Amino acid sequence: MSDSYKTIIGLEVHVQLATNSKLFCRCSTQFGAEPNTQTCPVCIGMPGSLPVMNRTAYQLALKTAVAINCEIPAFTKWDRKQYFYPDLPKGYQISQFDLPMSANGYLEISDEKEGRFEPKRIGITRAHLEDDAGKSIHDEVHGKADSQIDLNRTGTPLLEIVSEPDLRSSAEARAYLEELKLLLEYIGVSDCNMQEGSLRCDANVNLHLETENGKVATPIVEIKNMNSFRAVERAIDYEAERQYRVWQETGQRIGEAPKQTRGWDDASGKTLPQRSKEESSDYRYFPDPDLVPVLSTPEQVAEVRAALGELPASCRSRLSADHGLSPYDANVLVNQGRALLDYFFTTAKTCNDFKTTCNWVTQHVLRILKEQETTIEEFAVSALQLAELITATADGQLPKSRSKDAFEMMCAEKIDVATAIDRLGIEQVDESALVALCQELLATNPKIVADVQAGKQQAVGSLIGQAKKKNPNVDPGRFRELCLELVAKM
Amino acid sequence: MAITRADVEKVARLARLRLSEDELTSLTNELSQIVTYVDQLAEVDTDAVEPMTHAIELHNVFADDVVRPSLPREQALANAPSHNDQAYLVPPVLGD
Repeated sequence: MSDSYKTIIGLEVHVQLATNSKLFCRCSTQFGAEPNTQTCPVCIGMPGSLPVMNRTAYQLALKTAVAINCEIPAFTKWDRKQYFYPDLPKGYQISQFDLPMSANGYLEISDEKEGRFEPKRIGITRAHLEDDAGKSIHDEVHGKADSQIDLNRTGTPLLEIVSEPDLRSSAEARAYLEELKLLLEYIGVSDCNMQEGSLRCDANVNLHLETENGKVATPIVEIKNMNSFRAVERAIDYEAERQYRVWQETGQRIGEAPKQTRGWDDASGKTLPQRSKEESSDYRYFPDPDLVPVLSTPEQVAEVRAALGELPASCRSRLSADHGLSPYDANVLVNQGRALLDYFFTTAKTCNDFKTTCNWVTQHVLRILKEQETTIEEFAVSALQLAELITATADGQLPKSRSKDAFEMMCAEKIDVATAIDRLGIEQVDESALVALCQELLATNPKIVADVQAGKQQAVGSLIGQAKKKNPNVDPGRFRELCLELVAKM
Repeated sequence: MAITRADVEKVARLARLRLSEDELTSLTNELSQIVTYVDQLAEVDTDAVEPMTHAIELHNVFADDVVRPSLPREQALANAPSHNDQAYLVPPVLGD
């Protein structure tokens, strides 16, 4: 069934920008305050109050727009979008209509892990700066009691990022959201906390079908209420199948039914129709007379671009092109976020071994972070200490076979590698002692010698076990080599 | 451009205004006159004039991102027809 239609998806993402105060007034944006304790005449729309734009909010919006490869026009302005809703005290949202602050960007996505789609570029139609609405707290039983309105969030700066309908599957949609979130976190413009509503996503979905009478599109449905990336994936998959069923039943095409809004219900795993907002498309936008336009020069935009720092996409290609990591490993490291990547680079540059550092970080550090449910910032072993461990192992000061023990001890006891080596009683066994031990064991195990001579090299294994019992510091790899050499000379 | 009765009904609905039949009739008339009057502007040749988005020649007015005290809650809620000392109360909002 899935090969008979194409799913066409565009995403609208709302990101709360990390400012201290609101977009047009100086009320705090702190999450979790007592209801209605962070409002003032400007954000609750009292007559005669005047909005003034938050400089930091504009700068964060501009930084984001540049990071998602948008063009920044020289002139931008703000408009009033009028509609009535209890959580919108002004009676209009201050948004941007025909002259948004940025347009024509893109984001590149790929699926290194599972390869469900080819790497592709997703167009970004526009990103514009607007103010947020308040929150309605509905009674448990819908329609039974009054709804409570908390206006603390009203006026918080939001950047709305609208993608082109370039996404073709729920996996692509999720990859786009994950890449966007990673990017926003790298450049530090938002905490992207979905539980607190700092990152919200709506999806526009419809189907393109090949029929005997040519290509046909189904009516577009906007899906709301998706509170996690997983929910976005599930909602899109559900909605595509639902639209295909409806198409088979009704044959309804785009334009023959109004655009519908449906809400995702996570518990039942379905999208449900929402009361269609009457004439919802008629927002009667007009330029906000209380706000003045913002002009920016190409030089200012170039400055913002120069100050961005390295973005995830170029980090990945640098790690594989310059430092020989596989695209898969580069992806794992970069996707952990800026803090872990900084840790990785500090270690790798100090010990000058990117591949070994990558193995340690992806295999051991990430595992322990997960086990301890902690972050790299709170991790017991510092980047420099990990570099010392890698160097000590490369120097032979720490046998490879014991390096994991040393690492575990460093994690558990917050000590450096020298202390761990000391506490584990690790001493380098010199070559002559190793040879002597080898000769002794070969002499007392004629059967093993015979087996090895008969070609069963793995028989040496039991000698390694005996050697480690006699001296735990024996390097098993070197011991094995010596045994084979000595047997060959016999 | 003539304003029809249907236009007035639509605009009234968007503004949540309930108009009587008489009001609809008189407003259709009045709005038509206003729009016709404004239509005269369309006769001016504006080909060489840059569109203007704002009445004053100011741009890039910003405030620093510094938190200032908000209204005390009882003041914020004071004008509300209904509240419970914490939140505004409104008739049940169904769905979204």
